[in-house]
Amino acid sequence: MDRRDFLKQSVFASGMALVPSFLKGMEFLTPDQLSGYKNIIIIQLSGGNDGLNSIIPISNDIYHSLRPTISKKATQTLKITNDLAFNDNLRAIKELYDQGEVSIINNVGYPNPNRSHFRSTDIWQTASDTNQYLSTGWVGRYLDANCQHPYQAIEVDNSLSLTMKGNQMNGMAVSDPNQLYRTTREPFFNKLVDSTHKDMLDEDNQGYLYKTMLETYSSASYIYETSKTYKTNTEYPQSLFAKNLKTIADFIVSGLKTRVFYSSLGGFDSHVNQLNSQDRLLGIYSEAVGALVKDLKKNNRFKDTLILTFSEFGRRVQQNGSRGTDHGAANNVLAIGGSLKKAGVYNELPNLSNLDTNGDIRYSVDFRSIYATILGNWLEVDDKNILNKDFSQLTFI
Amino acid sequence: MSASLSDKQIQHLYWRTGFGISSLELKYIREFSKQQIIDHLFSKSKQETPLTLDFGDLLKNQRGLSREERKEFRKLRNQKMLELNVLWIKQLTETKQVLREKMTLFFHDHFAVRLKTPRASLHLNNVIRKHALGNFGDMLMEVSKSPAMLLFLNNRQNRKNSPNENFAREVMELFTLGIDNGYTEKDIKEAARAFTGWNFNKNGSFVFRKNQHDYESKTFLGKTGNFTGEDIIKILLDQKQTARYITEKIYQYFVNEKINPNHIEELAATFYESNYSLDILMRKIFMSNWFYESQNIGIKIKSPIELIVGISKPFHVVYKDPKVLIYLQRKLNQTLFRPPNVAGWPGGKSWIDNSTLMLRLKLASVTLNSGVIEWHDQNDMEETSIMRQKLYKKMKTRVEKKVKATPNWKSFLTSLQQRDKEELVNFIIQPKLSNGASTIITKLDPSNTKNFIIELMSLPEYQLC
Repeated sequence: MDRRDFLKQSVFASGMALVPSFLKGMEFLTPDQLSGYKNIIIIQLSGGNDGLNSIIPISNDIYHSLRPTISKKATQTLKITNDLAFNDNLRAIKELYDQGEVSIINNVGYPNPNRSHFRSTDIWQTASDTNQYLSTGWVGRYLDANCQHPYQAIEVDNSLSLTMKGNQMNGMAVSDPNQLYRTTREPFFNKLVDSTHKDMLDEDNQGYLYKTMLETYSSASYIYETSKTYKTNTEYPQSLFAKNLKTIADFIVSGLKTRVFYSSLGGFDSHVNQLNSQDRLLGIYSEAVGALVKDLKKNNRFKDTLILTFSEFGRRVQQNGSRGTDHGAANNVLAIGGSLKKAGVYNELPNLSNLDTNGDIRYSVDFRSIYATILGNWLEVDDKNILNKDFSQLTFI
Repeated sequence: MSASLSDKQIQHLYWRTGFGISSLELKYIREFSKQQIIDHLFSKSKQETPLTLDFGDLLKNQRGLSREERKEFRKLRNQKMLELNVLWIKQLTETKQVLREKMTLFFHDHFAVRLKTPRASLHLNNVIRKHALGNFGDMLMEVSKSPAMLLFLNNRQNRKNSPNENFAREVMELFTLGIDNGYTEKDIKEAARAFTGWNFNKNGSFVFRKNQHDYESKTFLGKTGNFTGEDIIKILLDQKQTARYITEKIYQYFVNEKINPNHIEELAATFYESNYSLDILMRKIFMSNWFYESQNIGIKIKSPIELIVGISKPFHVVYKDPKVLIYLQRKLNQTLFRPPNVAGWPGGKSWIDNSTLMLRLKLASVTLNSGVIEWHDQNDMEETSIMRQKLYKKMKTRVEKKVKATPNWKSFLTSLQQRDKEELVNFIIQPKLSNGASTIITKLDPSNTKNFIIELMSLPEYQLC
């Protein structure tokens, strides 16, 4: 070893640049173990997506009469059955549907729906009743009950949503694993982390800062080291949303031991001239998901993946005065995956002749039944413990 | 509590009502009684300085523009939105009207509007500033009628026989009563009818379009009449719940996220009886004894704007490339004039996640010391230190090129009154130190004041005020 190398090494050894001790003995999944490691990707369409113009009851006269200028004509859609059609911007989803990889669950909601974006988002994210205020998300409680590391639930986004926050553990928010890793290389922070122990932290804001710092340290290098082993060569569209799904694909194919991924696409609050904006967004959604599935299939991971798409509420059946729709209630939910037990149209179509007093679709499937199914049948954990209640499970997976 | 405040308490007051206090100012203020300090604070904010921006070609009539010209127009509009953002950051950093600006920042979040139109955004910002220490009812009325709000919550599209509920819902849920606090879906529908016809003209002045207004009778919160939008707002201000809701939000922002019901009860009653005087409410908060109690000091997670301005202000940092300021705001999840949605920024712990925390911890060193937090280990061999200095130098050149921020250390250090370790810690850090931080600090060498200050500002504790 010459002098220069020696110097370099002692710098490294003092924590300046390289692998910290907790990385030693870190497990990576081998290709064998990779297969069968089930994961779920949750996609939130934020702002309240109009489900009726996404998956369209095309033969329903009430639909056309209540939406004189914003209903879709059959020629603008992709036929599913005589009564149902996809918005023609959902072409990639339609292709998956034709291969038996999509389940459309109609009329998903909850009793006494709240029509505030923020409150309804909280209800969906915490899996609470409409009048119950919880400070932990359902994935966060899954982490608390069943996981050892924050990186087992990753949100690919700039910030962490309530869904991912538990009592003892939060999921990770990662938009750029390299950047996150680089910031944890600072010697001063290393020293600070070394002299801090989790058990001496309080529940207050200061404790929270330190806790987040420790969790970041324990996960950032794992994510970075693992995910650099695979970089996809599948082509993705240019959107930020597609870029986020691409990061998720990299994580899944690299063998990151992550069970839950989360990402969202915003802008669905279409009070005015909704056709243009919603169509454009559905296109972004569909093309990105199409690329993701193609990527996962190529790497033989699609059979272990389930993609759930939801929005905090649907929109009113009747259009408003400005060629848009106001906040509504029950909505459709998509489950996309390579191992569905029941693909196709899962249940009855919305009954537009029996709306609630606001003129919104009534729910027949509680959204928490879908969570229960995912937790119990897919991730194979005790769903009652996480959801604090026994919800009947569905049979799509 | 005695009539005078400790240094820590003065710092507390200045962090909550502004972005911290300079060493010189603290020396000067220290001699005042509590009453005098607060009078001083309010008298400084008597005046207001509206933001002004030259909109250039944006003021021209857009009609008949070619495709190319429209593209240019949009580009200029985006450019002006950025200029507006940086202009306000500059004002927040340099203003003497500290409390007024902080109140404006609070209501910028309360009346959260996200638009691509710089004229409307600037106008709304100045409306808020004008009323920031005045009357909340007047502010609510003028904000509701501003082009920015009419645009953002679609009241322009709200017409007789084809109502748009967007504004009617949010004015109750977010601006006055708070979510699910004593109104129904039916109230929203009725209120929406009352707001029909509210619009603005080409000059950005409010107009009432009579032929679009629904003149039929409405029943709202138990009252029936041929209500207009103004009536609805007055009825909302008649509700004690509105005073309570606004007081709670102000308390959580300026005092403590955790509400003390006794304090709220008393404050809300005063606020309501004063007919929504923000001046009276804020004075009452800052004159109270409980505001200065230790459980309220150093417990608030600074918002990204508080953090950025708080670092820039004492060092008079000059950002050569204003885009850096935009970039930092975006990365830290708070860009002025771009709240995530109509509910504003959720604040508190939600500022913090893995990515934002690490950047926040690095921010002081990046802005004030080209990205370097010097760390010396007592056990280091000489060679290691040399190697380290080399790395630091490399990092400095890289960060300098990117960030282009120039702090004025000389003026900061000359005016610095605090000398020893303990004094410096107490001046820079608001909360009590964690065990981990205390351990680290005992190892630090305070003789290089600059390095020591950077290190203090890189502690998680610095994220709190």
